[in-house]
Amino acid sequence: MLEVRDIHSYYGKSHVLEGVSLTVGAGELVTLLGRNGAGKTTTLRSIVGVVRPREGGVFFEGQPLAGKEIYEIARAGIALVPEHRGIFGVLTVEENLRIAVREGWWTLSDIYDLFPRLYERRRNGGNALSGGEQQMLSMARALLSNPKLLLLDEPTEGLAPVIVDEIVKTLIDIRRTGMSVLLVEQNLAVCEKLADRHYVLEQGRIVYSGSAADFAADRSIRDRYLALGA
Amino acid sequence: MLNLYLFQILNGLGLGMIYFLISVGLTIIFGLLNFVNFAHGGFFMLGAYFCYALLQATGQFWVALVAGPLAVGAMAWVAEKVLIRRAYHLPHTFHILITVGVALILQEACIIVWGPIGKSIPIPETLQGVVIMGKFAYPKYRLFLILFSAVIGFALWVLLERTRFGALVRAGSESTEMVSLLGADIYKLFSLTFALGVGLAGLAGVLSGPIRGAHPFMGPEVLGLAFVVVVIGGMGSFTGALVGGLIIGLVQSLMSSLWPEGASLMIYGAMAAVILLRPYGLFGRA
Repeated sequence: MLEVRDIHSYYGKSHVLEGVSLTVGAGELVTLLGRNGAGKTTTLRSIVGVVRPREGGVFFEGQPLAGKEIYEIARAGIALVPEHRGIFGVLTVEENLRIAVREGWWTLSDIYDLFPRLYERRRNGGNALSGGEQQMLSMARALLSNPKLLLLDEPTEGLAPVIVDEIVKTLIDIRRTGMSVLLVEQNLAVCEKLADRHYVLEQGRIVYSGSAADFAADRSIRDRYLALGA
Repeated sequence: MLNLYLFQILNGLGLGMIYFLISVGLTIIFGLLNFVNFAHGGFFMLGAYFCYALLQATGQFWVALVAGPLAVGAMAWVAEKVLIRRAYHLPHTFHILITVGVALILQEACIIVWGPIGKSIPIPETLQGVVIMGKFAYPKYRLFLILFSAVIGFALWVLLERTRFGALVRAGSESTEMVSLLGADIYKLFSLTFALGVGLAGLAGVLSGPIRGAHPFMGPEVLGLAFVVVVIGGMGSFTGALVGGLIIGLVQSLMSSLWPEGASLMIYGAMAAVILLRPYGLFGRA
């Protein structure tokens, strides 16, 4: 479904990604792990076209994404839930959702079933939401665009454990629909509950990739690259 | 005496609604595109000339009222496609350079076509004369101007607040990147918003035609006032443009009978007071 082939991305002169390759298959949930500053967010931003890789390429369903506009990549079926959630404060919750709607599996009423809290707050301004509500809204909005591939950038960051559990439950529901997911996350417990495969990114390079089972079996990987103590 | 004030207040409302129509375009273009359009006054002038030309050609004010703004909007749409969009990524100084150039081209083109001396535009026949309310009489056309602009203002509010297009315009003023990430064609949104905003300036030009006529140097004066309105109301705010426009219209109109020499001074005084008390304008966001 998604193939990232040896991409090199820069911010100005700083070489952030030094040849990242990864794949996400249909219906797979793959995580991208790594310390802060390893290049996880840049990898996601390079996939959706916000950052343009200078070398290498991103392919989605066999088609190269190079040269496509951000909105064209989104319409091809890739949705990003960004680290800062990207909620529009001047719009109401429902307006935030409505501007994202594209025909498909998920409808507004499905979304309200999945996130009853958003239904309660549908007339509130986006700027009046708590962090957890913003995260739900951002995920809900991405789902309403009915993507084939969902990219999530640290969806549980900074949230209370109760909310984290809710997000995990939602992700399990989303997986059941057969959507492919690439998850960037620092919370290892969350990743291990969900993932089929893991990648570990360090200083702009993939330093580990393996199945969930292999990753769980080899405790040394997390000590070497992640040191998160999860 | 009271009637005089009522007269001036109504005049101020009419003038204020014209300023609103000009400024709201300027402010939504700035809000979404982060683009400063110094050609805005030039397009207002073009609206006034189109009003003159269409009246000459057809004799129908209603034709001018519909076709004039559409023609101005269409020209803006083309200008955005071929010229303006190439400058979005450049600093504001380049926006000024390019749009002042466009304003000069418009001004000179009007001089070539219609000559350097202004044209006066007759009030349409059905709107000539006065409306009499008890002891008070007020020109029909000016009353029409107030009511018509109010209807347009309401329609614009519905468009911005109640439609998907409007939601995208408001969302884009927070983050164009996020709007693109949701799959909206941001370039199309930019073109349409630019055409809409400039078309409104054209409409203001058509509407003010029968009162102020059309002359080639009206652009810069109107542009200056529009910036005052936007600064008072707050960049990017619809409500700000409305309130700011009405404040300036009323101040200008009331001062013209109280202290004519100080009318312009008071406008800039009002702006200075707002900047001192609320640096982002009455309805602006930091």
